[in-house]
Amino acid sequence: MNHHEVVVIGSGPAGMAAANTLLKYGLKPAVIDEQPAPGGQIYRSIGESPIRDSNVLGKDYWYGKKLVGTFNNPDIDYYHSTSVWQITKNLEIGVLKNDHAWMIKAKYVILATGAIERPCPIVGWTLPGVMTAGSAQILLKSSGVVPSGPLVLAGSGPLLYLLAAQYIRAGVDISTILETTPKKNYIKACRYLPKSLSNYKDIVKGVGLINEIRKAGVSHVKNVIDIRAEGNGELEKVVWKESGGSGWKSTNAATLLLHQGVVPNTQITRAIGCEHYWDDVQLAWRPKIDNWCETSIKKLAVAGDGAGIVGARASEIQGKISALGAVMSLNSLSGFEIKKEYDYLKAMLKRECSIRPFLDTLYRPSADWRLPSDDTTICRCEEVTAGEIKEAAKLGCKGPNQTKSFTRCGMGPCQGRVCGPMVSEILASVNGQSIDDTGYYRLRPPFKPITLGQLAHAAEE
Amino acid sequence: MPAEIVVIGGGLHGCSAALHLASEGYKVTVLEKDYVGRHASGVNAGGVRRLGRHPAEIPMSMLAWERWNRMKEIVGDDCGFRPVGQVMVAENDTDLELLQERENLIKSMGFNHEMMISKNRLNKMIPDVAPSCSGALLCEGDGYANPYQTVIAWKCEAEKRGAVFCERESVQDIDKKSSGWCVATNLKTYEADIVINCSGAWASEICDKIEEPVPVSPESLMLMVTERLSKFLTPVVSATSRPLSFKQFENGTTVIGGGIKGRFDTELQVAETQLTGLADNADTVVSLFPFMDKVKIVRAWAGVEGCLPDNIPVLGPSNKHDDFYHAFGFSAHGYQLSPITGEILVDLIKGKESRVSISSFSISRFSGSASYSQPEYNESSFLAKVPTGDI
Repeated sequence: MNHHEVVVIGSGPAGMAAANTLLKYGLKPAVIDEQPAPGGQIYRSIGESPIRDSNVLGKDYWYGKKLVGTFNNPDIDYYHSTSVWQITKNLEIGVLKNDHAWMIKAKYVILATGAIERPCPIVGWTLPGVMTAGSAQILLKSSGVVPSGPLVLAGSGPLLYLLAAQYIRAGVDISTILETTPKKNYIKACRYLPKSLSNYKDIVKGVGLINEIRKAGVSHVKNVIDIRAEGNGELEKVVWKESGGSGWKSTNAATLLLHQGVVPNTQITRAIGCEHYWDDVQLAWRPKIDNWCETSIKKLAVAGDGAGIVGARASEIQGKISALGAVMSLNSLSGFEIKKEYDYLKAMLKRECSIRPFLDTLYRPSADWRLPSDDTTICRCEEVTAGEIKEAAKLGCKGPNQTKSFTRCGMGPCQGRVCGPMVSEILASVNGQSIDDTGYYRLRPPFKPITLGQLAHAAEE
Repeated sequence: MPAEIVVIGGGLHGCSAALHLASEGYKVTVLEKDYVGRHASGVNAGGVRRLGRHPAEIPMSMLAWERWNRMKEIVGDDCGFRPVGQVMVAENDTDLELLQERENLIKSMGFNHEMMISKNRLNKMIPDVAPSCSGALLCEGDGYANPYQTVIAWKCEAEKRGAVFCERESVQDIDKKSSGWCVATNLKTYEADIVINCSGAWASEICDKIEEPVPVSPESLMLMVTERLSKFLTPVVSATSRPLSFKQFENGTTVIGGGIKGRFDTELQVAETQLTGLADNADTVVSLFPFMDKVKIVRAWAGVEGCLPDNIPVLGPSNKHDDFYHAFGFSAHGYQLSPITGEILVDLIKGKESRVSISSFSISRFSGSASYSQPEYNESSFLAKVPTGDI
């Protein structure tokens, strides 16, 4: 077993910033990341981008270059291409790299595991040709791969616009954008606009993206309330309904990219037993954290989108704050010695997050997308539909863990990453109980695939 | 008026008691602190096994097996029972001798359900088993079933017959009255003529409340399930001198267990997995089925079960109070026995003799003590080495 004082899991903006800050205070951290290079999803492949034209991915992407530069420091023990398959309450971390599994013991752990895309199944989403906007963007960043056309983007949220703009800059034809942002969200969100002006830069950027799409002449359909992917063995067309419109419309498509925003990746915080709460604005589970990003489990912190969606810049600040927390905890420094830096970071974080209420309200997906129709598959691994979950609820199924036993929903290899949030919402709505009372899956190790052979050897070292 | 009976614990044994007592016209209320089948009953590995049982359990296990074969008649659901057989493989000559001794013991007791099979026959049954396996003990008709399906089927049938289940109600106090009992939960107080303690891992708390302490302790038992594989294994496999229970379900997943203990978190009252035990378990599977080396684990979990020091249950009347009965401490192999416990409790409550001998399961063997020193059951040294976990 390796020993490290502080282990940071994830090397996106929060993880890199945490590591750099720890180093500044004399702690040599270990950083574990699944990817072959630092950057996280947002700055994916930034060290060796296959895309020559820097305009395509945009300035926000290239900002990451500086962060990665500082992170490339020999005093940081960087385990790349390494997955974490278990963490115990005693902060023993099971890791796997190139077929080799072993344990790392830490005194303090900072989780910087970021966000995952909100699952938003529609009828036909399991057809080849349908994928999420986030995974399409990763293909673009890491391999310069663009999807085959005709291409339809559908959903809501900043990433959808950003990806559309990046495709336009790269010369990719977009056939149609189906925008699902509910009309009433615009009115509700306006209330938060004045307060979000302290982060006016992000608003200007957002408006810029929408302009780019308009100028490119892409067909942009608004107020879409239902979408289905159709085809025989693979995607052939996308059909949709508009609010107030009559009947279904359709367009031919070879690729459909879906997106309904992102939610915290709570796989590890759930599995280890941190307290969570349901955020009804972000419509997501969040682990409870204190001012220093520490969770309900001592010496385990979460920084960045993993604790609630804040965006890349705010994640970076939270990474620094969580590192200060680790420094205080391990070096028994009093808050006073780092108070100045802490106060400065907190003020920056506040400014950076001022846009959140506006964005969260504007892009809050309506129930149409979170409570899919009965014939929609919601658990892809075990092929369970939304209707089957409702049936189980009628038989007395109160919570997601019983759903597993009733339907096997959530018991496949993804461990409920996809169906989890929806199952909680569906059960809550059918049983007339709050989502907090309904709860979430008890998650089990391994978080990431490990073979019996690898596990058999993990305990030996 | 029919007697009112409170059953503490909505696991399989509680449901079995509820079903059979309700069928006899008793007014039954089951108090369950979480939800029915939340712990060992709903999350065990589903082994339906007579193979390798403690001699004292064999007669009961044989009766239970008869019930498993006509489960659909009893609860309207086959509970997923698949009588694919169970085999215990010998990995070396010492194992082979132990299995032979075991077969002799079973025969000397007048049974013939466990029989030695040759290496040849083993290879025909399980072509992928490691060549080092030199023979096995086979119990035809054993197999596996679906635990949660089972506990829900029993609960629903018990409800049909009039039993009432109260979930999320945990027992706080049990008071003896001049006649009968007063059982208080976090929500309500229930009056009962008779109380049955089917509280599994929490049995010791209940026993303490009626001042009849027993050394039953909650143990965390671990299991792993792998990705789906094409069909390669029909019977359930166990090993002779290493803990293992290994089976492949119809959906292609395999489940690995065998009573390996993890950690029980007393504060949160949940079972946790621990790496070393799981790694040993993985190692055993890989040595018996070398190709499993590359197979991915989908999930590892632990369930909590009440275990007694001698690994056999407490089943029968309280030794201290009238109108109080116990059925707990099945020590990770109570799943198969559950159909019969309710019938036995009916016999006892009706003042009849139990339909099968339960004298070995009396609570008096612990003489009212929560500590236990002297093992009473040592008919066969072999037993100590037999993996007993079905959970």
